[in-house]
Amino acid sequence: MRPYLREKIPSSIDEIPSATAYEAGYLVTKNSGWRNVRPVIDTATCVGCQNCYLYCPDGVISIEDGKAKIDYDFCKGCGICRTVCKPGAIRMEAEK
Amino acid sequence: MSINAKTLDKTEYFYGHKACAGCGGSLAVRIALKVLGKRSIAVLPAGCMSAVGFNFPQLCFGNNAIISTFAGTASMLTGVYAGLKAQGITDFQAVGFAGDGGTADIGLQALSGAIDRNDDILYICYDNEAYMNTGIQKSSLTPFGAKTTTTPAGKNIRGNLRQKKNMFEIAAAHDIPYAATASIGYINDFMAKVEKASKIRGTKYIHVIAPCPTGWGVASDQTVDIAKEVVDCGLWYLAEYENGSFKINRRPKEFSSVEEYIRRQGRFKHLNDEDIKVIIDSRDKKWEAIDKTYSLQ
Ligand SMILES: Cc1ncc(C[n+]2csc(CCOP(=O)(O)OP(=O)(O)O)c2C)c(N)n1
Ligand code: SF4
Ligand code: SF4
Ligand code: SF4
Ligand SMILES: [Mg+2]
Repeated sequence: MRPYLREKIPSSIDEIPSATAYEAGYLVTKNSGWRNVRPVIDTATCVGCQNCYLYCPDGVISIEDGKAKIDYDFCKGCGICRTVCKPGAIRMEAEK
Repeated sequence: MSINAKTLDKTEYFYGHKACAGCGGSLAVRIALKVLGKRSIAVLPAGCMSAVGFNFPQLCFGNNAIISTFAGTASMLTGVYAGLKAQGITDFQAVGFAGDGGTADIGLQALSGAIDRNDDILYICYDNEAYMNTGIQKSSLTPFGAKTTTTPAGKNIRGNLRQKKNMFEIAAAHDIPYAATASIGYINDFMAKVEKASKIRGTKYIHVIAPCPTGWGVASDQTVDIAKEVVDCGLWYLAEYENGSFKINRRPKEFSSVEEYIRRQGRFKHLNDEDIKVIIDSRDKKWEAIDKTYSLQ
């Protein structure tokens, strides 16, 4: 589980809390638009070592069936995953 | 066996945040919360991590989290701890994440008070070596020579003239139950220290170096690497304070090049060889003291 995108963006006066408290992990915008480059995993080379998962500052990598998988909605394209991937399974591609 | 990638909580508690790409501080917060789990209550003062985590209605903490006054991280942690305790709740960890400015300058008094009372809290200082959220001003944890907007590099002054304060030893000097230094470049060491701290009752202080690509002038994909290099070149060290004594966790036999570490960062671009010699000399002096007073582990 992670904080996730909601359909409802609180906007009217009765939807906005009067005290400064609200539901935890309530997301309404993605971060994908920040990206100039996109990390792409070569699953054949990925050994599932979890290094990219551990070091991603945005926590967008999970290991599924022994391979790294990226949530592109929230990846910012920083490239840290590529730097820490020892087998060289991640390449950065320009966003179109 | 201490905690590792396999045993770590798969849940993400700091997600969708608005930190710059490659932000070291956000990695420190993310990993610490994965170690502490959903029963942690996070307190964040003014600074980048609160600014990027709470932008209503974008609320990026999956656990309970609250913003404190800039100076009041530790006192709010005390309040969280005391309030829950009064209600008979015991299965939680009050954890603070404050920057270098929020810790070593403005929040020092509240932190000192909490340690003095030995409140059962975990205080984590993510150190990016300046007031980053307001546009890179010098704090007392900015290293010698670094250019900030308040320590500019020009003809007469070449960046910060002061040495970095040793917050770890200041916390230890209170005879705190547990204090440690860490770096996001050695993430397993950091995880192990957060886990260890969570099992100790009383006040715990962890000081983690968390490079800021924006303020340091390094590429976003170099954050982790540079956080490792600062340890390898001896300008930062991994240590613990426990039961009244210091121990060093990692004693590099040979240091990697300080010059290379300095030269790859925009904030040090103006430094000349003499300045770098000053930095190397102060490193050597510090290690001489460490070798005398810290035990090896
Ligand atoms: C009492 C008070 N003074 C000043 C500020 C403005 N301010 C907000 S964040 C910040 C910088 C914090 O620096 P640091 O603690 O190092 O955290 P960082 O932003 O680097 O993560 C400042 C000066 C404030 N919010 N409150
Ligand atoms: S670091 Fe590389 S090899 Fe390891 S899990 Fe990630 S992509 Fe796969
Ligand atoms: S590019 Fe950065 S944000 Fe995207 S998956 Fe890699 S480490 Fe995470
Ligand atoms: S300015 Fe630095 S510390 Fe602040 S969010 Fe950006 S990278 Fe992180
Ligand atoms: Mg700072």
